[in-house]
Amino acid sequence: MILVWLMVILFAGGIGAALAESRGAEHPRAVALTAILIDLFLVILMLVAPDSLGLGTASTVAQLGQHGDWLVLLKAEWIPRFGVSFIFGVDGLSLMLVALTVFLGLMALGSAWGEVKERTGFFYFNLLWTLAGVIGVFTALDLFLFFFFWEVMLIPMYFIIAIWGHENKHYAAMKFFIFTQVSGLLMLLAILMLVYFHYSTTNVLTFNYFQLLGTKLPANVATWVMLGFFVAFATKLPAVPFHNWLPDAHSQAPTAGSVILAGVLLKTGAYGLLRFTVPLFPDESMAFAPVAMTMGVVSILYTAMVAFAQSDIKRLIAYTSVSHMGFVLVGIYAWNAQAVQGAVMTMLAHGFSAAALFMLAGGLQHRIHTRDMDKMGGFWGVAPKLAFMALFFTIAAVGMPGLGNFIGEFLVLLGSFKVNILLTGFATMGVVVAAVYSLIVIQKVFHGKNKNNYTMADLSAVEFICYALLMIGLVWMGMYPQTMLNMAQPSLQSLGVAFPG
Amino acid sequence: MLDLLWLVPTIPLIGFLILTFTQGKLSEVPAGIIGAGSIGLAFVIALLAGIQFIHSDAPFFSQHLWTWMSVGSFKAGFNLYLDGVSLVMMFIITGIGFLIHVYATGYMHDDPSFARFFAYMNLFVAAMLILVLGDNLLLLFMGWEGVGLCSYLLIGFWYTDPYNGYCARKAFVVTRVGDASMALGLFLLFQSVGTLNIQDAMHIAQAQWPTAGGGAGLATAVTLLLLGGAVGKSAQLPLQTWLPDAMAGPTPISALIHAATMVTAGVYLIARTHILYMLAPDVQYLVGVIGCITLLMAGFTALTQSDIKKVLAFSTVSQIGYMFLALGVGAWNSAIFHLMTHAFFKALLFLTAGSVILGMHHEQNIFKMGGLRKDLPWCHWLFLIGTVALVALPGTSGYFSKEEILGAALAHHEGGYILWLGGIAGAFMTGLYSFRLYFLVFWGKKTHDGHEVMGWNLQGPLVLLAVLALLGGYITIPVGKVFPMVAEEEPALMYRAIMIGLPILGILVAWLVFVKGVIDTKKLAGSGLGAALHRFWFTQWGMDWLYDRVFVFPYVGLARLNKSDFIDSIYNGIAKLTLVLHGLVSDTQTGQLRWYALTMISGVLLLVSIGVFL
Repeated sequence: MILVWLMVILFAGGIGAALAESRGAEHPRAVALTAILIDLFLVILMLVAPDSLGLGTASTVAQLGQHGDWLVLLKAEWIPRFGVSFIFGVDGLSLMLVALTVFLGLMALGSAWGEVKERTGFFYFNLLWTLAGVIGVFTALDLFLFFFFWEVMLIPMYFIIAIWGHENKHYAAMKFFIFTQVSGLLMLLAILMLVYFHYSTTNVLTFNYFQLLGTKLPANVATWVMLGFFVAFATKLPAVPFHNWLPDAHSQAPTAGSVILAGVLLKTGAYGLLRFTVPLFPDESMAFAPVAMTMGVVSILYTAMVAFAQSDIKRLIAYTSVSHMGFVLVGIYAWNAQAVQGAVMTMLAHGFSAAALFMLAGGLQHRIHTRDMDKMGGFWGVAPKLAFMALFFTIAAVGMPGLGNFIGEFLVLLGSFKVNILLTGFATMGVVVAAVYSLIVIQKVFHGKNKNNYTMADLSAVEFICYALLMIGLVWMGMYPQTMLNMAQPSLQSLGVAFPG
Repeated sequence: MLDLLWLVPTIPLIGFLILTFTQGKLSEVPAGIIGAGSIGLAFVIALLAGIQFIHSDAPFFSQHLWTWMSVGSFKAGFNLYLDGVSLVMMFIITGIGFLIHVYATGYMHDDPSFARFFAYMNLFVAAMLILVLGDNLLLLFMGWEGVGLCSYLLIGFWYTDPYNGYCARKAFVVTRVGDASMALGLFLLFQSVGTLNIQDAMHIAQAQWPTAGGGAGLATAVTLLLLGGAVGKSAQLPLQTWLPDAMAGPTPISALIHAATMVTAGVYLIARTHILYMLAPDVQYLVGVIGCITLLMAGFTALTQSDIKKVLAFSTVSQIGYMFLALGVGAWNSAIFHLMTHAFFKALLFLTAGSVILGMHHEQNIFKMGGLRKDLPWCHWLFLIGTVALVALPGTSGYFSKEEILGAALAHHEGGYILWLGGIAGAFMTGLYSFRLYFLVFWGKKTHDGHEVMGWNLQGPLVLLAVLALLGGYITIPVGKVFPMVAEEEPALMYRAIMIGLPILGILVAWLVFVKGVIDTKKLAGSGLGAALHRFWFTQWGMDWLYDRVFVFPYVGLARLNKSDFIDSIYNGIAKLTLVLHGLVSDTQTGQLRWYALTMISGVLLLVSIGVFL
């Protein structure tokens, strides 16, 4: 039940926040904070003391034992007539992503704390419902349920961009909505086809993930169904050429929206590929792998170049996110132990580093009311703490060993080298261009001269603590990634990744 | 004490953390004590551990700290590995590093970012120690990237000048090109031998890679890729272009990072993986050829520079060329030996140059100096000591190491003779450009006033370095158990005479030209062929020019051209098309009954005629 609680608390907290606005604009954020803190407490408990929650009991693990170690698995009927049921489960992989979601939810809340002043009730409602939707996506194991949550996380995010966004928010929100919706419809179609073919061969109508695994589709259909899933997830990830919603959404979204988008929503795409696309269609996916890996490499190099040319700092960071997600795509489709573990590490580390970078960019915009880097410069002298944090997270994003992003990218490349040397060679060039676009940000914003004589407050204590937490996370991932690798390994094995000793 | 080995990189790291997180609150004295003291403490521990290690007579000592990562068959540990080579490196890094840190407390006096400077310096030392103490190539790579980062941070330390930022970025990006190559080398090595542990990988490669056929191909590929990383870090052809620009950083940085330690990491890498290079003799010879060409190129370029630090920078490139040459002919221990003596005299030269620059109120142009031996007697004598060691006059530290290298080149059976010729030509060039610098700065007519900067923390380290530069050649480095024994042959007397004579000839020419004025250099560099040659040498054979046009301009241009992401216009095109179609269709909704009637009848007629005629 604890998984349901995680979502119920957020859903209820959202409604509570919306209602609390009538008592004053300050109240909703307190309600939201309470809800997220309760969730965070539960998640931490799940991570460090699963026994105390009675998780992973013999019965549940045994029930679906062949599908890996589910720490918790909940099954209940929903619409039995159509074979739709409530199945929620977390294994190591899902649990880490849920934890990432809740933790970055707290960070998003922190960045909205002083920034969002209008319609606060509805804002925190949307924020919490997005988070609940994401947790649903990471835990749902019924394809109908999964699709339901896929939509749940989309619509509140649309509102966050469209209402609290910046100068071009309606265009950005609409673009985000259309891209996600069109690709989501493809996935719905693919789900229905999969269920139909499963029904026609076994006479069992079900959306249950475990039952659908191993469904044999006619060869000509299977590739198309797989592509339906792939396009939806590749749009979310995003990968070139489906990435164009992201720069607009990011640059227009309020800081909290960007944090959730970059830190968490993108990871649902990667998660979908890992959990659904490849395991449901292993043969088709492997045949498709060279195309997908090429897309990943193109994403890495192409968006790195576009990023380099940007003068809008949030747009630049948005493009770099696409570039980093390219490594995830390469890693997943290389499909061996190192590469997939690398993809998971990149998901987590990028969640931290991108969230921090968007918080910094948002913080800058909040302070000086511009995102145009050509107007900035010399901020090291004005706000040294902020500058230091920016330097740290930029360096993390460049892939400095000792920090999480390096572990991810290194393992991805180490693994993909076994599969495709040429593509890995190109992907490795990504580390060079990453340096090019990252260091230009430091130069334009923090080095050089403060041409326009901006003055600004340096980091507040709350901000500093937020960044410090993200920093500790990245150092942990970089120095002792084994914590995460150990959690992910059983999940990945059950998804079909071989771990030769 | 050996068990405390882990403290050697950890203490500078702690120094970095303290200085970073107290930023702005610590005044100069405590910041300096933490900054330099942490390196001093690390040196003491390194010394005690090193003495114990040498007495233990073991070939190596390893210390397992924790498992970094273990994914499937890939394992990498946070393990330290100390043998003769890493011991020498550790001593250089902490010892020379400590002296430079002490000097820097004087040099950076009154800088508003004093603490930040020492924070980066401490981080650099920690990273460099990890580089040389790591037992696997991934840990080495971590240090490798870490020193690159610190190099970037310190070159651009005075960040308000955009030029410094440009130089810093250039250094980082150019070396990253090499790093990418090195990373691919690691991938290939792991794929073929299943481990990145340096000793294991070398033994497996030795046992499994046949010397002919596929195995030799593997060895060639791996060593070539690693060489890419080495030439990037050590500023050898074709990736040497970043080092002269790196001189934008404060001078202690140039001494520590861009002369004594980081730039020699490529030499260390190749020496560390020497068994792999021995399996690929062609690549090993290529290392020597690269060194030979680089040492000549940099020698010629040094001759044309007017910035005191750039002359020294090209001289560093040139001296590292000698180390590569040594690696190429299998004189592994001579390469490390020269690495050490070079660290002594080049650190001395850079720091003395720093004192000269301070004494001349931040003037770096040697043509605005001259006749300074009266005003700056300390600097003069110290610089002269550094210069004679660089030129390798008999008895100085540089002589011992360079003579070993040239002797080994001569003894090398295949193609060694050509490398030797390049090496002695370079020795002549070294004499010429070094004493050109010395004469131009300290002799001739005095044009500008200078004053001696004094202080125990400025002079003390310089004197110690001068002693090392003079006498360091008598140190025996304990690398006998690491590298295969090379039978040392005394070169014939004629060759020895040439090796000693040519640098002196270079000095003589420098004296005639730059003191006596036998040749008018301005006229020579102003006329047709002379000007062309001067420009060719001055611009490092036009390589910056070439790289700008082949890589930088096209990339930047293409990026700017595509700033709005052409893929976006496809989607916007679809959106526009939808709008246009929408407009067309909505235009038909006029609300006029006769129009609807007309279209309806036309439609019916059309359908009927289709039905009739088909």
